[in-house]
Amino acid sequence: MSMLLEVSGVTVTFDGFRAINNLSINFAKSELRAIIGPNGAGKTTFMDIVTGKTKPDEGTVIWGDRNVSLLGMSESQIAREGIGRKFQKPTVFEAQTVRQNLAMALKTPRGPFAVLMHKKTKPNAERIEAVADQIGLLDSLTRVAGELSHGQKQWLEIGMLLAQEPRLMLVDEPAAGMTPEEREKTTDILKEAAKTRAVVVVEHDMEFVRRLDCKVTVLHEGAVLAEGSLDHVTSNQTVIDVYLGRAHA
Amino acid sequence: MRKSFLAENPSVLWFIAVLAVFTVVVTLLSEVTGVGLISTSFVKTLGKTLCLCLVAIAMDVVWGYCGILSLGHFAFFGIGGYAIGMWLMYARTEGIVIESLAGQPIPPTSAEVSDAIGNQIFGVVGSSEFPWIWAFADNLFLQLLMVVLVPGLLALVFGWLAFRSRVTGVYLSILTQAMTLALALYLFQNDSGLRGNNGLSGLQNIPGFENTSQAVISVIFFIASALALAAGYIFFAWIVSGKMGSVVKGIRDNEARVRFLGYHVESYKLFIFTATAVVAGIAGALYYPQAGIINPGEIAPIASIYLAVWVAIGGRGRLYGAVIGAAFVSLLSSWFTGGGAPDINLGFYVVQWTDWWLVLLGLSFVAVTLFFPKGIGGLFDLLVRKQS
Repeated sequence: MSMLLEVSGVTVTFDGFRAINNLSINFAKSELRAIIGPNGAGKTTFMDIVTGKTKPDEGTVIWGDRNVSLLGMSESQIAREGIGRKFQKPTVFEAQTVRQNLAMALKTPRGPFAVLMHKKTKPNAERIEAVADQIGLLDSLTRVAGELSHGQKQWLEIGMLLAQEPRLMLVDEPAAGMTPEEREKTTDILKEAAKTRAVVVVEHDMEFVRRLDCKVTVLHEGAVLAEGSLDHVTSNQTVIDVYLGRAHA
Repeated sequence: MRKSFLAENPSVLWFIAVLAVFTVVVTLLSEVTGVGLISTSFVKTLGKTLCLCLVAIAMDVVWGYCGILSLGHFAFFGIGGYAIGMWLMYARTEGIVIESLAGQPIPPTSAEVSDAIGNQIFGVVGSSEFPWIWAFADNLFLQLLMVVLVPGLLALVFGWLAFRSRVTGVYLSILTQAMTLALALYLFQNDSGLRGNNGLSGLQNIPGFENTSQAVISVIFFIASALALAAGYIFFAWIVSGKMGSVVKGIRDNEARVRFLGYHVESYKLFIFTATAVVAGIAGALYYPQAGIINPGEIAPIASIYLAVWVAIGGRGRLYGAVIGAAFVSLLSSWFTGGGAPDINLGFYVVQWTDWWLVLLGLSFVAVTLFFPKGIGGLFDLLVRKQS
């Protein structure tokens, strides 16, 4: 089976510090994957590389059916290729309404001229409402995003990702600061989204990862330490030593 | 049902209505109708103020909406003024030269006429040759094109270089200050081709209207400035509404996020920067025929800083705020510095406003930034809130 994203042999050095060390990791067209690992394991740097924010010193990042390299592309090109990203800290446009936030994310032409001439259409409004319904913000479409609760902002950002209709969703700590009920709902949204695309979740919270019930990749010192089901990796002695053991100490 | 652009932006209609009433009232009270309650020189002041309002809304779009604190937009305003000034000066001098040579027994050749015009215009900087930048000065249409093209191209090239390298924030502000300073210093040179520190003068005399009184000309320019302000207001209100407005405000609030949504942020910034520069050029082309003179001092870095101060005092991120700020502060400034405000005698010290106005302006800028970040325009929010 051909892969959606193939990262192979990638190395990134910041001032002599190897943030990513010969990392190879693949994602299938439709899967849910959790990436865990201690602080400084390179989780965020990995996302930065895939989304074009950071250029690696070595290695290849091959994307999609046409097997194109992402390394020469700008952030916006990569986003248009179908890679969406949710940041650790919820970053929505607080001065604008929920509807405006979703409309901006909605998969439509991205050029300045097309945007200037953009007309609101019924199908687009329906798409926005469908996404808003999915994230439970249908009643809040006219509210300013800055007024939303922390959990709602997280959902709005996930909704913006869904509206982009990406083929790969990179989600950084979606459950941070959420109540248990909110977490449950977030899990459902992500599982649902993963039916038709690849969803990669970076998470610290083991309980949340367990609930996602998916393949887990453990990163350590910029490389893959272990991969498999959560039970499989948590029983791995090295993982216990470098990550879990540290957490319990 | 999709609502039209104007229905979604009622403030645009309000603004146009107020501007229309103002324009009609000033025209009726001017010397043209014989009422004469408003002097010709004050009509010119009001017309110039409208042009400053136009460049202020351009500044508001680039700064208040797109978050690019350009401290060089007055350079584009000045370039517009120079571009139209070249034609005004050339055409008027040509008329004078032809008239003075008409009495001679042998009709002058075109080379003689050209030399005489050159002597008239450039004698003051010790030259009589037409520099290459005056190539189109004899053609009103082409020179009007320059009003738009030169600021537009300069902004396009400058913006492309700056935005492509992801220069943002205070670094970009410094670059734009450097741009306007470099331009001013260049124009101060006698061999810049634009008469050095003498600048271009006599611009209030419109070729072809030698027999029309300044009272009439002032009203014509006043109305033209009002129309330009109305058109510019509608144009920018359209740009900053709808989806374009969303993206532009998104860039102001979180550029990286917009990029990860798939928008090419640099293209958007370049579009806004260039469009506002072009409008600034048009505003300048209307301003300087009313001012009568333009010299390099007009585009000194401080002028662009004033522009930012007007917008900040008026209220960023709302177009009418920029208009209020520009009109209020520039009119107040000419009142204080023009000797309109009475000096205050404290007994031991006399506060002369010509000196102290800048201190007052600086203090109010600090006060607005600290205590009323929404500026004067923010008062409208209070009104709206009371109604609902």
